[in-house]
Amino acid sequence: MIRYRYTGEGVRGFEKHAAGQSPAALVGLYREMLRIRRIEEEIERRYHQDQMKTPIHLVIGQEATSVGACAAMRRTDLLYSSHRTHGNYLAKGGDLKAMLSEMHCRLNGCAGSRGGSMHIIDKAVGMAGTSAIVGGAVPIAVGAALAAQRLKQDHVVMVFIGDATCEEGVTSESLNFAALHRVPVIFFCENNFYSVQSPLATRQPARVLHRWAASYDLPAVEVDGTNVLAVLAASKVAVDRARSGGGPSFIEAPVYRFRAHGGAGDDSKSGYRDIAERESWEPFCPVKMFGEYLTGAGLLTPEKVETMESEIASETAEAFEHALSSADPVEADLYRHVYAD
Amino acid sequence: MPWDEGLVNSLVYDRPDPGEGRVVSYGQAINEALTVALTNDPGVFVLGQGVDDPSAMFGCTRGLQEKFGRERVFDSPLSEEGMMGVSTGAAMNGMRPVFMHNRPDFILLAMNQLVTHAAKFHFMDNGQTSVPMVVWAAIGRGWGSGAQHSQAIQGLLLGVPGLKIVMPSTPYDAKGLLLSAILDNNPVCVFEHRWLMKKDGIVPEGFYRVPIGKGIRRREGRDVSIVGASHAIELGLQAAKLLADEGIEADVIDLRTIKPLDEQIILESLERTGRLVVVDTAWMKGGVCAEVGCLAAEKGFSFLNAPVARVGLPDIPTPAGYTLEQFYYPDAAKIASAARQLVRR
Repeated sequence: MIRYRYTGEGVRGFEKHAAGQSPAALVGLYREMLRIRRIEEEIERRYHQDQMKTPIHLVIGQEATSVGACAAMRRTDLLYSSHRTHGNYLAKGGDLKAMLSEMHCRLNGCAGSRGGSMHIIDKAVGMAGTSAIVGGAVPIAVGAALAAQRLKQDHVVMVFIGDATCEEGVTSESLNFAALHRVPVIFFCENNFYSVQSPLATRQPARVLHRWAASYDLPAVEVDGTNVLAVLAASKVAVDRARSGGGPSFIEAPVYRFRAHGGAGDDSKSGYRDIAERESWEPFCPVKMFGEYLTGAGLLTPEKVETMESEIASETAEAFEHALSSADPVEADLYRHVYAD
Repeated sequence: MPWDEGLVNSLVYDRPDPGEGRVVSYGQAINEALTVALTNDPGVFVLGQGVDDPSAMFGCTRGLQEKFGRERVFDSPLSEEGMMGVSTGAAMNGMRPVFMHNRPDFILLAMNQLVTHAAKFHFMDNGQTSVPMVVWAAIGRGWGSGAQHSQAIQGLLLGVPGLKIVMPSTPYDAKGLLLSAILDNNPVCVFEHRWLMKKDGIVPEGFYRVPIGKGIRRREGRDVSIVGASHAIELGLQAAKLLADEGIEADVIDLRTIKPLDEQIILESLERTGRLVVVDTAWMKGGVCAEVGCLAAEKGFSFLNAPVARVGLPDIPTPAGYTLEQFYYPDAAKIASAARQLVRR
């Protein structure tokens, strides 16, 4: 039984958002999505070698949300995230080597082996904080936005949440406070219909998430989460609004997680969701669809794609080699940074 | 008048000698600390349910909004976890929030943000971020406060790495420790006690600090050490007077900060007296009483001439009615009795 179907416009949905984007920018978005996809696949392929002793939450199928949203932000804007961090970090301009070192528990990981895959934190690129507790980063992002507002800084804050995050009480509290104080924060909700293996229908009444969010008196929209240009356009509106003092926004982006909640591979065969459901979304893979659109528009050729693939493959191989050959922390490192000076 | 104002007004404390300096109430001392901090650092802000109420959080926040504006001193929605997270996020990004609660009971709604987020980020991101925030609450007691308005939760938080916990006992310390807490680059819980709010003391004007992590000897004695913090010290000093009448001299150690714990001052006192009574405003199990008692066993065993005695709350929720409450709380008599038993063994 297919519970959740793709409801977007498919490849037809790109054209209206492409106006005003340079060919280089469009191809750049594709390359970034392809890069995240290939890196995630390589992480997945190597996961059972047990060199990455960290829980992983792959973003395969959810590349357009990270890439589209981050393309609307500046490097100095802050991004807060959940346990599913890889796509957010890479799209925000993160250092692949630092990420893979972190996942290999190395001293030179972006969090020095204290964070792991769920806490890919790197202030240098505005990857400001993540939480492995659903909803944990939401009020923190609002607090970061309050600080930006009160200190009269011109950056904005975005927090990536999921459908289940909207069930956490603290998310309601955060929307309420953000709207009350009109702080520059964007709640970006990737609705992938499942929390671990629990479908949305067992967790929420048949409501529309962004309409629920709108009840907090803030602009809330739905956008096709498989369409990187639609995500970028909606994010840009929200980011510009926040930066110009217009307060918070909520974006709901339906999207499908092609893999299990955590770990390598898809676990649909365990029965919590129908394999046919995943298959029904596969034609709407965000990377594939955008590639088709760009090819049709004459902006992408098989040769260009091949070059990208080869560059990404060598970058990824080099980054894994870097991580594997990097030093482990020593005992003295454990005692650092329990308290700030 | 707030419901327990009459009770708190009726408490009798030793009067400080005005010849020794400026006499200020405990609540006023906190107000001064907040005023100094808000004046000195534009990144400091004060929030909490009712900080701009006419009752002004036992007077601690009176006049602050008028002086510093609604942007810096503001009432918050009834969203304890949310506001703890907002405070954490603001602290991670250049501000120094002071999040005030009437009672520690309300902090229990925000444990996820306090324990799992605020206390962890600095470690988790390898020192990239610090979380300089103060979480303030006044422990309630009496007049029907009962099981849900009188909880002293320091024991729950004592084992959380990354947190500091401050429990002042005098107006001087309330001001100096709060200023230290606000300037500290870590999340610091400041637990006051409702019954101390009208206590007067000598308090200097302007800025000064009492260091976090250092205890102080309040009374010198050779026979038994009474160790505690906050209102427990008030009771401990009263007990010491009772004991002195019997020829037992108590060494009273005010911890001031229970995390980090000043182990040295406890062990020095124990070395002198050989007997230890640990007193706390909270439950004896798993809290300050247990931790200090364990310290004595672990590092002060050779000093001990008698078992360690704990005087705190029994393993029972707080009853609301005064008819039951009279049997519940520690008082000077119970502390003196515990000390007497150790000395007369």
